[in-house]
Amino acid sequence: MNTSYNWIKAYVPGLTATAQEYTDAMTLSGTKVEGFTSYDRNLKSIVVGRILELEPHPNANKLVVCRVDIGNGSPLQIVTGAPNAAKDQLVAVVTDGGKVAGDHSGNYPEDGFEIKAGALRGVESAGMMCSIEELGSDRNFYPEAPENGIYVFSEESGVKPGDDAIEALGLHDTVFEYEITSNRVDCYSVLGIAREAAATFRKPFVPPVVPETGNSEQASDYISVDVQDPALCPRYIARVVKNIKIGPSPEWMKRRLRASGIRPINNLVDITNYVMEEFGQPMHAFDYDQIAGHKIIVRRAADGDVFETLDGQPRKLDSNILMICDAEKEIALAGIMGGNNSKITDDVRTMVFECACFDGTNIRLSSKRLGLRTDSSGKFEKGLDPENAEAAVNRACALVEELGCGEVVGGKVDVYAKAPEKKEIAFRPDWINDFLGTDLSEETMLSYFPPLELEYDADRRVVKIPTFRQDLECEADLAEEVARFFGYDNVPTTLPTGEATAGKLSYKARVENVARDVLEYCGFSQGMNYSFESPKVWDKLRLPADSPLRQAVTILNPLGEDYSIMRTISLGGMLSSLATNYNRRNKNVRLYELANIYLPKAVPVTELPDERMQLTFGFYGEGDFFTLKAVAEEFFRKAGMKARAEYENDGRFPFFHPGRQDVIRYDGETVGYLGEVHPKTAEAFDLNTRAYIAVLDMPAILPFTNLDNKKYEGIARFPAVTRDLSMVMDKSLNVGTVEKMLWQRGGKILESVELFDVYEGEQVGAGKKSVAYKLVFRAKDRTLEEKDITGVMNKILNGLGQLGIELRA
Amino acid sequence: MQEKLKKIREEALARLEAAASSDAINEIRLAYLGKKGELTEVLKGMREVAPEDRPKVGGWVNDTRKAIEDKLAEVQAAVQEKALEARLEAETIDVTMPAKTAQIGHRHPNTIALEELERVFIGMGYEVVEGPEIEYDYYNFEALNIPANHPAKDEQDTFYVNKEIVLRTQTSPVQVRVMEKQKPPIRIIAPGRVFRSDEVDATHSPSFHQIEGLVVDKGITFADLKGTLAQFAREMFGQETKVKFRPHHFPFTEPSAEMDVSCFKCGGKGCRMCKGSGWIEILGCGMVHPKVLRMSGIDPEEYSGFAFGIGLERITLLKYEIDDMRLLYENDDRFLKQF
Repeated sequence: MNTSYNWIKAYVPGLTATAQEYTDAMTLSGTKVEGFTSYDRNLKSIVVGRILELEPHPNANKLVVCRVDIGNGSPLQIVTGAPNAAKDQLVAVVTDGGKVAGDHSGNYPEDGFEIKAGALRGVESAGMMCSIEELGSDRNFYPEAPENGIYVFSEESGVKPGDDAIEALGLHDTVFEYEITSNRVDCYSVLGIAREAAATFRKPFVPPVVPETGNSEQASDYISVDVQDPALCPRYIARVVKNIKIGPSPEWMKRRLRASGIRPINNLVDITNYVMEEFGQPMHAFDYDQIAGHKIIVRRAADGDVFETLDGQPRKLDSNILMICDAEKEIALAGIMGGNNSKITDDVRTMVFECACFDGTNIRLSSKRLGLRTDSSGKFEKGLDPENAEAAVNRACALVEELGCGEVVGGKVDVYAKAPEKKEIAFRPDWINDFLGTDLSEETMLSYFPPLELEYDADRRVVKIPTFRQDLECEADLAEEVARFFGYDNVPTTLPTGEATAGKLSYKARVENVARDVLEYCGFSQGMNYSFESPKVWDKLRLPADSPLRQAVTILNPLGEDYSIMRTISLGGMLSSLATNYNRRNKNVRLYELANIYLPKAVPVTELPDERMQLTFGFYGEGDFFTLKAVAEEFFRKAGMKARAEYENDGRFPFFHPGRQDVIRYDGETVGYLGEVHPKTAEAFDLNTRAYIAVLDMPAILPFTNLDNKKYEGIARFPAVTRDLSMVMDKSLNVGTVEKMLWQRGGKILESVELFDVYEGEQVGAGKKSVAYKLVFRAKDRTLEEKDITGVMNKILNGLGQLGIELRA
Repeated sequence: MQEKLKKIREEALARLEAAASSDAINEIRLAYLGKKGELTEVLKGMREVAPEDRPKVGGWVNDTRKAIEDKLAEVQAAVQEKALEARLEAETIDVTMPAKTAQIGHRHPNTIALEELERVFIGMGYEVVEGPEIEYDYYNFEALNIPANHPAKDEQDTFYVNKEIVLRTQTSPVQVRVMEKQKPPIRIIAPGRVFRSDEVDATHSPSFHQIEGLVVDKGITFADLKGTLAQFAREMFGQETKVKFRPHHFPFTEPSAEMDVSCFKCGGKGCRMCKGSGWIEILGCGMVHPKVLRMSGIDPEEYSGFAFGIGLERITLLKYEIDDMRLLYENDDRFLKQF
């Protein structure tokens, strides 16, 4: 929302704040000013002048030398290259030491251009005559300005030499841009903002006086209105204007419209736009002679109807779209755009002003379905005050008379189901003080209300809310009004008292912090990926067609296919990130991510999915499969998980190397997986190097973690006994199987098992491998004796035998 | 005898004096004090000394032995000292050669900023909680006083899963979930991922993070909200940080405000970061709307509360002066390693 400061000042005559003061004060009282532009920021010493004489320049045939009267009795000599300069013209002259905003080519430097007297091709020039561009504006706003040349005032404008040219052009003004919050529908209007400004600066608010208009005829003799859907159209007012004379609007109106960013068209169009800005109430004008049966019917469209809007576009309708119709046909999309069949043309003789109130939600949804959002629909969709419509249409008719653009017919047709009741809110000053933490007197609070047109009923101790303040509903809302005008900055700052609470992280978050620490110690940096991805990721990961991971939460309105499903597996993001790094030639990249996957409980989704936090870590470059395994185990240890994780390759992961992958189990539960990325998957992600990725399913791990009950177990005091065990076994037998047996049979006294050699080659024979372990035995409470070791070793040797493993000599 | 001992002593001391290595010293020790050493031989010859002379001769032998032993120790120490000096000398390195780096990973800047923020609020007695990222429309909108067809629903550009389920557009639904479960006093912050259908560019992302805060208790005031957030700002951005509260509108708070902090780069003088204003918008906040309290089963006549929402990325970008939000989700190692 943009408005002219002069327009605001017209209704708050006492307002004298500078643009910056206005910006700050309005922002602090709740009408946020995003920025402002002062048209005269870089305009200085510019007066109206009259060209008395023109002579050719002695040294340049494109320049002329003018004598210009600037009203002080001593005409200036000014050299100009303007092709349109002519004797007797009234022009804008910037004198020596003055300033203009821009140059001919539309350059507008921050501080404008300073103009100094000087010589032009050897002839003295005491100033400059300005084009509209040099004055910081353009032909959109001043269509009468020449395309190339200086701006010339018309004789009718009544200006005379010596007048302030900036004033004459209406450029002593500032345009403010506001961010109006969606609850303050009333502030999407000049009057609404002016009311806030008056309250903020404690100056009187003087809205325009709207005189009675209309001849002795009755509008109801011209037109009838039938609202068939009062829910969607709570109020419809029609007024009639005849003997229309289309012409330009006066300068003051054009200026205000320009400041609001609206291009002036003609008096009739300008009046509807002007009232829309001033009252926040959109209006529509129909050509009376095009309304069949002189009857307006407000009803829903029929499904499948096609309607041509005044921009010439056919629009497909449905039965939720409200239409304005005549006795035969549809003539407008209610509140959105008029129809081509009833639009005002230059030949219009009589017209109907529609000033209505439509259901905001319906307009918003219709405009969305039609893909057609207009200034009008933008206002209606916020939900307008039906009381405002009458004032607005009367204002429009008064302007019609004032501008002499037609004869207003007396009376109006007003179909108004039911005027809204004024809400009442209980006024409890103590409650407000308790709520805000302030200590304001009742009188102080009450003093804020009248400028906002909130009426206080002292007998009933209630505040009556005007209908245009639809946002005020409860005492907290009143408290906000008090706080706004007392000043948020004046409210004290205190800290909550009351029962103390313990600040803490959740246990889950603490375990995640352990994970972050371990991963970072191990050289992995934290990445972040989006939660949504493309279903194509599943193909890249080579997931079978019936994989449950292809059952995803799907977004109805995604930004595109690449963001259309909520990921069911975290590998895609990791692979993309690794590929990004690899293709940017970053070496030895290690990344981790802690983020959710989303597993639907059923498809289509009917309840919230299972959100599972995944610790995903991957790398390329130095390291291998076992590097990842070490990191996983480091995390387990740090998270207080004492048992040994087990690893099994059952070949289930199509995105991993078939011979280099495993499922990680802890205490029998599957807690994650890791592997070397399958070359085909890597290639699909444009990652042309070996990469390794592990995924730990945090919800599965969480129950096994122990951060809070770690206990010191003592440091071994008795000597250890070491036994080396060298064996030959089938190559296909996993060492994990051997170790599991060692631990089972080693009992309490087996302290550690260290695999120190694996050998495959001629000496052990084809299909075999030699494996050597160092076993360390120790008891916590005594020195082990030979017979303890022998007993355990015998069990172990038996175990080896059962596995078909021979001892090596 | 005495002569002989004297000779042994002089000879031994002379040889020790000349000894240059531990080996040489050891050889000398064996030559005199060893089992077959000269002094040992002398002792063996004690049998031939007359019994009355034995104490005297014994004394001479012991004196000699002591003299040799002392010298041995002295020379040994000197040789060791010299050897150590030589080793240290030989081991001199060029200390200006490059460091051997251990590759240590880096936390994401978002996480670093979040942890700082969590530290501040934990210190003030807030519990850090979480809520689902895919959320019921009820919690994301309706229970926050944003009824069906409310324009605010459009403003937030929601991703829908179906009519009832959305990707949460804000962390505010966690407020409702907490209030439904927990009796006041409530002091929580709820960080997490939120989603809005904004195209990716330097300042927008369809997925980002918010931190929701909620305090509900008896007698909580707007002044408490101001004081709490002012303290947060000082601890987060520096003790000299000033705050400014501007009225705003959120459907689930009343009164509502936006909080600006004095620019932590220029200190409020005005710079590029604060676009010359000296202030930076940091968060939205307000008193929990009585309707929201009531819908969550808390009696607004008995309790009141305040809530706030902070955009994490905004803090991260400002704190580290990162000029393009996309960098946060690209995971380029050269970016991540800077934090």
